[in-house]
Amino acid sequence: MTVSAAGATASTALPRGRGNGRTSLWVWLFLAPTVVLYGVFTLYPIVGSYVYSLTDWNGFDAERSFIGFLNYQEVLADPQFWNSFTVTVTFIAGAVPLQVILTLLVAIVLNSPRMPLRRLFRTALFLPVVTTTAIVGVVMQFVFDPASGPVNLALREIGLAPDGIDFLGQSSTSLGTAIAVYVWKWFGITLVYWLAALQTVPDDVYEAARIDGAGALRILRHITVPLLKPFLVIITLLSVEASLQVFDLVLTMTNGGPFFSTEVIEVYIYRWAFASTIPRLGYASAAAVLFGLFVCLVGALQLLAVRATRRGGGRG
Amino acid sequence: MTSGRLLRRLPWWIAALLLAVGCLLWVYPFLWMISASLKTSAEVFTQGLDLLPSSPAWDNYARAWGEANFGRYLLNTVIVTVLTVVIVVVRCAMAGYVIARFHFLGRKVVIGVLVATLFVPTGYTIIPVVDISQRLGLLNSLAGMVVAISGAANVAAILLYAGYFRGIPRELSEAALVDGAGFGTVFFRIMLPLAKPVTATVTVLTFLSTWNAFFLPLAFTFSRPDLRTVSVGMLAFVGENTTDWSGMAAAATISMLPVVVLFVALQRYFVDGIAGAVKS
Repeated sequence: MTVSAAGATASTALPRGRGNGRTSLWVWLFLAPTVVLYGVFTLYPIVGSYVYSLTDWNGFDAERSFIGFLNYQEVLADPQFWNSFTVTVTFIAGAVPLQVILTLLVAIVLNSPRMPLRRLFRTALFLPVVTTTAIVGVVMQFVFDPASGPVNLALREIGLAPDGIDFLGQSSTSLGTAIAVYVWKWFGITLVYWLAALQTVPDDVYEAARIDGAGALRILRHITVPLLKPFLVIITLLSVEASLQVFDLVLTMTNGGPFFSTEVIEVYIYRWAFASTIPRLGYASAAAVLFGLFVCLVGALQLLAVRATRRGGGRG
Repeated sequence: MTSGRLLRRLPWWIAALLLAVGCLLWVYPFLWMISASLKTSAEVFTQGLDLLPSSPAWDNYARAWGEANFGRYLLNTVIVTVLTVVIVVVRCAMAGYVIARFHFLGRKVVIGVLVATLFVPTGYTIIPVVDISQRLGLLNSLAGMVVAISGAANVAAILLYAGYFRGIPRELSEAALVDGAGFGTVFFRIMLPLAKPVTATVTVLTFLSTWNAFFLPLAFTFSRPDLRTVSVGMLAFVGENTTDWSGMAAAATISMLPVVVLFVALQRYFVDGIAGAVKS
């Protein structure tokens, strides 16, 4: 998506002749809001986290004492940090493939003009996207309630689980349920990405294949999927990035529990920084910096994947 | 002939039937929520699956709107969302314009920094953001929340604008300059109106992410419950009233209904806006 837009912007040279003093004053005037806002609320926090992480600071006292790498030592030795790391990775590994592949299949079906009621289906599947995640999280607590939630009532009605299943209340099912709700919530947005991608495949390609006698499955395998490859990389990248931010859904649905089984890293950071009686902002910052490094690593791996597909002849 | 056509259409109708079942799963939680908001607490327990309440209990709404403050939370959310969308659109369009059109010292640095920070998660920056907002006196105010949200992320918006403005022929702005238009006039009167498709995309994306925002409003309203947005208010409501299910459902309905109505009315823009981001 936007990665390619940036590349195009950077590569072409702009005329230099017009860079007189008054114009460059205007240029910086136009950049000023972004430089100030982005600098204070994004850039400074990224850099500042490193400094915070080297201090012992509870957020109340003005004074913060420099303690070097002690926070990092403690975070890295905390089994709960590693638990939250594992939960985050499991969450991504579970949610992203499910989301990307299922939406592709549905998008291919919905893209066909012969599909009845496709606008209605698209609207229904997109509905959860526009709703507030934190509220969905709370509502889902009740939907999955073992005693009177509709899911368990329905299971009981058809005789599948007479005693009810505490989907969110036991650690064996909580993470799976959270993944399912997450995929449900954001299904529509990935679906729209795929529908947009499918629009870029020209109709006459299909037309030609059909005239040559290719069946629906062959068209799918030999035309649609290869042409969608560059989009697969971009859509996966966007999905991974989005799934790193499950904080609101998890906090409102399970609060990281039971027994930390759904505590993703952002909830871990939140717990130490804001939810404990004595906040430890330095410690939480160290966890945040490690989280940031993890995000960078994931991003770098994905950029390598983007490069690989480009070199493989795909259009991007 | 007609039976052959029917036969050829059959697989599509089977697919449609399967999808319809799936879509029911997608819509059911909302129907259940609305129905629970009209039931008494006892009914929610005893008739959880029935979607029709025996007689609508409108007092759930009165409770959620007044006592639980959701009227106030809704207003806060609208204020924060509208202001954030306006700020983000204007500042990102301005930045995208000069990045696309002008050569200035440090341009490559600006682009490099923006791209490098494209995907920064809120959880990573939240502690310094809260700290610096406190020191700037912005914590515990709606204005502070707006400023902090508009300052985060939105890199995608800048890059979308930059990509679009690059594609506009240079002759257009040059002709305007010859006619005596200034820098600001060219941008606000010619360029920004031309970029409507991007503005639609950015508006939709910013609207959704701000209306949905949770981590930042949560951290900004710890000591000011009256400034909560609906998502934060919902969490607090459940914390304080674990037994008031029907009140909870009414609060959720109040918070969700405006966006859902807006979405159904402006559906084309929502979907095309998001699709536009991927296609470019």
